[in-house]
Amino acid sequence: MSKQVKQIPASKRALRIFMTVMIIVLTLIMVVPFLWMISASFKTQKDVMAIPIQWIPDYFYPDNYRKVLGIGSKSSTDYHFLLSYWNSLKVAVISTVVSVLSSAMAGYAFAKLKFKGSHFLFILYLAQMMVPSQLTLIPRFIAFSELGMTNSHMSLIAPKIIAVSSTFMLRQAFMGTPDELREAAKMDGAGEYRIWAQIMVPLVKPTLAAVATVQFLESWNNYLDPLVFISHWKKWTLPLALNQFIGAEVTQYNLIMAACCLAVVPVFAVFLAGQKYFLKGMTVGAVKG
Amino acid sequence: MRSTKVGVSRTKAARENLVAYTFLLPSLVGLILFSMIPLVMSLYVSLTDWNFMDGIGNWNFIGLSNFKELWTDEWFVASLKNTLIFTIVTVPISLLLALIIAVMIDDFCHKKVAGMVRVAMYMPHICNTVAISAVWMALYSKFGPFTQLMRALGWENPPRFLADYTWALPAIMLVVIWAGLGYRIFMYSASLASLPKDLYESAEIDGVNIVQKFIYITMPLLKPTTFFLTITGIISSFKVFTYSNVMTQGGPGSSTYTLVYYIYTSAFKYYRMGYASAIAVILFLMLLIVTIIQWIHNNKNETN
Repeated sequence: MSKQVKQIPASKRALRIFMTVMIIVLTLIMVVPFLWMISASFKTQKDVMAIPIQWIPDYFYPDNYRKVLGIGSKSSTDYHFLLSYWNSLKVAVISTVVSVLSSAMAGYAFAKLKFKGSHFLFILYLAQMMVPSQLTLIPRFIAFSELGMTNSHMSLIAPKIIAVSSTFMLRQAFMGTPDELREAAKMDGAGEYRIWAQIMVPLVKPTLAAVATVQFLESWNNYLDPLVFISHWKKWTLPLALNQFIGAEVTQYNLIMAACCLAVVPVFAVFLAGQKYFLKGMTVGAVKG
Repeated sequence: MRSTKVGVSRTKAARENLVAYTFLLPSLVGLILFSMIPLVMSLYVSLTDWNFMDGIGNWNFIGLSNFKELWTDEWFVASLKNTLIFTIVTVPISLLLALIIAVMIDDFCHKKVAGMVRVAMYMPHICNTVAISAVWMALYSKFGPFTQLMRALGWENPPRFLADYTWALPAIMLVVIWAGLGYRIFMYSASLASLPKDLYESAEIDGVNIVQKFIYITMPLLKPTTFFLTITGIISSFKVFTYSNVMTQGGPGSSTYTLVYYIYTSAFKYYRMGYASAIAVILFLMLLIVTIIQWIHNNKNETN
């Protein structure tokens, strides 16, 4: 290995070093908004916009977080970040489970089972991909308000039962599994449900993880649906709470940045911990050819 | 003997059908309830004058009047124009930037550095758009770091970017480009890793320089990725909403109104459900055109 490095001419090595430095500078530019966010969240309002920017404040001012989380304050206009956090987590986890389960079932049927109308249904599913959720937003709102389901997390979770792109990704994965396994299990007298749950689903675990990741992030970051369906603060998801907070504190950037940190940093931590998984999920089924 | 055999296979087929449909049931119910029925309803409501305040059922069928009104409504024209400008500017710029950076990383960075750089740049993509909006609102504010930076770079009187009629939309576009760059770099990097290396080696022997390699080898080989990212980029640009809603509320004036933002305000601020549905149908048609282009392209590739 070291011999190979030596063979590279000096001019090329200089270029390499130069480009690496360039890329690192570029990366810094990309993450600077986040660094500023973290730094500002520990400052007093007076210092937030001070120039030159003091990236590491002399004094870490934790009151921003205390205020945002409502610790030690008795006023009734407290912020309920933890509650929104919990709501977001709940909605995202249940949505993910629901959509992955339903897509794994439908994907399996499309990949391995013979049934009447399969071709027609397949086309119907494909066609659904073209219907944007923005088009169905108004009818969904009308239906949910008629059923008294606005201000309920059900209005965010229930529609996740249909996830066409996940269904197609899982169909693709199931198609790659060997038929012999199924046949053998059938010989042993296993029913189709048992084969699905105990043999087939474990075989497509990587795709399941990928699909689940995409669904979770989508639900976690969803803004338009909760904005329309949820108005009561007790039911707010995190993006709604954050938006309300931005509106209420307007120029208290230190407070707002603390709120943003609370919203963003845990997600970053999870992302960094499981990045290989995450990033694989993003490319599965995306680029063919 | 024969007839019973047919009978057995028929009941077997019926059973298989039943089993398959139980697997499909949840997703099929969802498809009908949350997609098919709403789609038909949307199309119908777009042909009525329905206002939510009048209650359900209190609507008049007015044919295509909503669609005619759209073209005389300066807010609609502005939101359509902004959405298109947004798409035409952000999609090519982010793709080109992402491609160049991805190739730079791939060609020159040590593997470990490359991995770290990609992950760092990817961060905004997993980040809540409301949080991103909040951070950039602070950066863009009158004494915010971005505005100060512009001052330091010699711009004497930088505007308040998000409150300026000319600058609000470009300011949002910059945020969107920034936020989506890492994802696109990552997608390009993934395809770069799968390119055949021997092509480059023989090119190197022929004395081809870096720029030529990029234009004549890398870019053509990455065409499928570029196509995919262009289509998905256009689709997500057509649907852009959060930034306009959080950062500018569509303002100042109509300068950052987008189609989805106008659907939102028409339906849920003014309760003009019929009119809002008509806008949504226009959006649907725009997306349909893009999707059809994608299908034609993909089918052509498959038959080739």
